[in-house]
Amino acid sequence: MKSPSFSYVRPSQLSEVLSLLQAQGDRVRLLAGGQTLLTTLNMRLSEPELLMDLQSVPDLKGITLTDQHLRIGAMVTHDEVAQSALVAQHAPLLTDAAPHIAHQAIRNLGTFGGSIAYGDPAAEWPACLLALNGVVVAVSARGTRRIAAADFFTGLYSTALQVDELIVACEIPTVSAQLWTSFQELARRHGDYAVVGLAAAARAHSTALQEVRLAWIGAGDQPLRSTATEQVLESAPLSEPLIAKAIACLKTELAPRADMTHSIPAKLHLSAVLLQRALNGLLASTSISQMSRNL
Amino acid sequence: MSNALHVHITVNGQRQAQAVLPRTHLVDFLREDLGLKGSHLGCEHGVCGACTVKLDGKVVRGCLVLAVQADGREVQTIEGLSESGEIRDLQNAFIRHNALQCGYCTPGMLMAASELLETNPHAGREEVRQWMSGNYCRCTGYQAIVDAVCEVLDARLTAADKGALA
Repeated sequence: MKSPSFSYVRPSQLSEVLSLLQAQGDRVRLLAGGQTLLTTLNMRLSEPELLMDLQSVPDLKGITLTDQHLRIGAMVTHDEVAQSALVAQHAPLLTDAAPHIAHQAIRNLGTFGGSIAYGDPAAEWPACLLALNGVVVAVSARGTRRIAAADFFTGLYSTALQVDELIVACEIPTVSAQLWTSFQELARRHGDYAVVGLAAAARAHSTALQEVRLAWIGAGDQPLRSTATEQVLESAPLSEPLIAKAIACLKTELAPRADMTHSIPAKLHLSAVLLQRALNGLLASTSISQMSRNL
Repeated sequence: MSNALHVHITVNGQRQAQAVLPRTHLVDFLREDLGLKGSHLGCEHGVCGACTVKLDGKVVRGCLVLAVQADGREVQTIEGLSESGEIRDLQNAFIRHNALQCGYCTPGMLMAASELLETNPHAGREEVRQWMSGNYCRCTGYQAIVDAVCEVLDARLTAADKGALA
C-alpha cells in the first residue's frame, strides 16, 4: 500500500527541530532512518500530518568517545555501528548484535536512535542498551534529560520520551577489561525478528560474577531483565551446577507470550538454550584463563 | 493538505529536477515519474527486496525511502548498474546458472549482490546466503542464485590474483 498524505520538512539545525516539536506536538513524526516508520505509514497504521526528516541535523550524527562513555548519535545507522572500530573496542556487544538486525538494505538506513525511540521488545538495540547500563540523552526546548535505559522502556512500544523531546544520542559506559558480554539470538530465518534473544553482561571476579545483567528480547512487552536469575549467577563462582541452577530459575522467572510460531514452553526452552550457550562460552574462557594462570 | 516539493536527485548519473508529493516512495518516483521500470514493487513494506536500489552507493529498499528524502542525493537503479557494465559477469552468471525464472526479483537480487561483491570480496557461501536473505525469490529456491554469486566472487578473486602476479 501507499502512505497517506502528509507534509514534509527537513530542518538542518537542532534548534529548528526543537521549536517545531514544541509547536506541533503530536501532529509531527520524526523521520530517522524510516525503516519502521515508513512501513507503518504504508500499512496505514499511522497518519501523521507532518514528517520531520532528521537526516540533515549534524548534532545527531557520529560515534565519539569521552572519558566515561561511548556516545552514539541518534542518526548513526545500524551499519555504521557494525563497522565502527570504536564500538568494537568499547562496546563489542553492539558489534556482535548488529548482524542480527534485518538485512543490509535495512541496516544501511535504519538508525540506533530510531530503534531506541520505537522501543520494540523484539529489537536488538533496546536490549543491548539495557544490558550495558546505557543512557538515553533526550532534548527538548525545555532542556536536556539523561534517562537510564532501565527507566526509558515503559511498555509495549512505549518509552519515557515526552512528546516535545527527541533522542540526540545514547551514552554507553566504556567497558573495562573485566566486563564480559555476549549476544545470542534465535530467528526462524536470518534477519527475521527474534523468536527470543539475549544481551548479557557481567563483571568477572575471582569469587563470583558481579553486576550480571541479562536483557531479554522477545520475552515480554518490553526489553526486560531477569533479576532473580542474575542473582543466582552472582551467588557463587561460575560452574556447571550454578548454570543449571540459573536456568531452572530463568524458567520460573520469564513469562513470555506465545507468538504466531512459538508457544510459551517453546520460548522458555529456547531462552534457556541461549543462556546456556552464553554461559558455556564464559565458563570455557574462564577455565582457559585459570589454566594459563596455573601454568 | 500537502503540496508537491521540488527535488533534485541524481539518478544513474543524470540530474533530475522534479516536483513530487512527500508521500511518494522513491521506487514509485523512479518508475512512474522517470519511467525506470527495472525496479519492481513487491510487498511495499520492506520485506521482499524487489525494489532494491542504491542511495549514495548503498543498497536500500525503494519502498522504505521517500523521494523527498533523496533530494540532493545520488540514486542508482538496475538500469544504471546494467549500462555501466560493472555487473556484466554477475548477469552472465545468473543466466548460466538459471538463477531466475520469472525474473521479478532479479533486479533486486543483482543490486544486493553487487554491494556484497564490492564490500566483501572474500565472502563464503554462508555469508552469501545471509546477505541475500533480504531478497525473496518465489521461483528458484535460491540455490542457483547463491551458486551464481559465489562463482562471480571466485572468478573476481582469481582475476585479482592474476592481476597482482602480472
